[in-house]
Amino acid sequence: MPRVIFAPAIQRHVACGEFDVVAHTVREALNVVFQQDTRLRNYIIDDQNLLRKHVTIFVDSNPIVDRKQMSDATKTDSEIYVVQALSGG
Amino acid sequence: MADTIYVGTRKGLIVLTKATSFVGWQQAALHFAGEPVTMVLSDKRDDTLYVALNLGHFGVKMQRSQDNGNSWQETTVPSYPEQPEAAKDQLPWSLSQIWCLEVGALATPGELWAGTIPGGLFHSLDGGDSWQLVRSLWDRPERENWFGGGYDAPGIHSICVDPRDSNCITAAVSCGGVWQSRDHGESWQLRCDGMVADYMPAERQTDPSIQDPHRLVQSVSNPDVMWVQHHNGIFLSTDFSANWQAISAKPSSFGFTVAVHPKNPDIAWFVPAVKDECRLPVDNKFVVTRTQNGGKSFETIDEGLPQGLAYDLVYRHGMDVDETGNQLVVGSTTGGLWLSDDMGSSWQCYSTNLPPIYCVRFG
Repeated sequence: MPRVIFAPAIQRHVACGEFDVVAHTVREALNVVFQQDTRLRNYIIDDQNLLRKHVTIFVDSNPIVDRKQMSDATKTDSEIYVVQALSGG
Repeated sequence: MADTIYVGTRKGLIVLTKATSFVGWQQAALHFAGEPVTMVLSDKRDDTLYVALNLGHFGVKMQRSQDNGNSWQETTVPSYPEQPEAAKDQLPWSLSQIWCLEVGALATPGELWAGTIPGGLFHSLDGGDSWQLVRSLWDRPERENWFGGGYDAPGIHSICVDPRDSNCITAAVSCGGVWQSRDHGESWQLRCDGMVADYMPAERQTDPSIQDPHRLVQSVSNPDVMWVQHHNGIFLSTDFSANWQAISAKPSSFGFTVAVHPKNPDIAWFVPAVKDECRLPVDNKFVVTRTQNGGKSFETIDEGLPQGLAYDLVYRHGMDVDETGNQLVVGSTTGGLWLSDDMGSSWQCYSTNLPPIYCVRFG
């Protein structure tokens, strides 16, 4: 099963573990995670159901291509890493 | 007399408390270290403290404390409905900032109003557990004329709930004018007669729907009196916002903030700056201006304030007066904080090394 991991900067606000989920795309994987921990959704997705501008997702170390639909495919052993974009001061 | 000041900064919420004397203001707590605090509200109806955060990466958040900051509970934040494809907005319907928070009726603890960027007014009846977008204002056709002022998108920064009748709500939008409801938000009227925006094309200068009131305050002692620090200068209404009169002050009528005395509607304070791209204290001298006669004349107060090489700008919510009218606090974008206990006649510096200050409020 794909594994979803949230960076420490996110866990600073919402402490959570790793999630092993049944999913074929990044969107499916996140939807499963958000069902298991409803607090996370608002930190990752905005009120128009889009990935927040300053959040990035990697699948097996590669940034996702489809930030809008998050349709990037995942494999059964994929690692989905959700991380803050580096910005600000 | 208030003994607590909440300071919302770029790097957290600073709480100052006073011991026995005015010079005794001390930092009692720092909450949400490192996080931008855009607004704070101390709700005396049920002793609840609300804080709006703008987490750079993870969006707008709201926290609530019912034990004076010892513990915090994350609440829901206002959420915009799905943006229809036919919407004419150039900017997304997505919450980017809670710009103001105000309490509703005294008799209904938990009732809150929130002004947001990109321009939505939200209402809660349960202390922020849920929020409803006030569609009667959001759906007004005049909103197409609104544009950003201070931020990329338009926003509601001032909400005045009338102390005589909590169904009467007056809100100010940068840039979208002053709006008033007499029926608890069911319907709205633009209330900008007399306001002028001389920086706009000639045919739009008196258009009520593009006015840029930087900050609106309503007198508690005479709620018919309202003061506005506008992009174009100072405006005063003595008839519950039906008409506005331009007021001129030296060294400048430009600024962002205004406070009105709680017991005397003729007394108001402003923090002037050079209009308008420059936005520095005039001659680099940081002063507060005060009228005690309804704007007929102004005093320029500099005692205790930096006179030279000052770059301090005070944002819309960067000044507050306590319920006695004697204590004031001013916080600047360059981290200066000054306090007065003599109705603003003189000031004492608390610090010039704080983070950029977004809002100050007496507790």
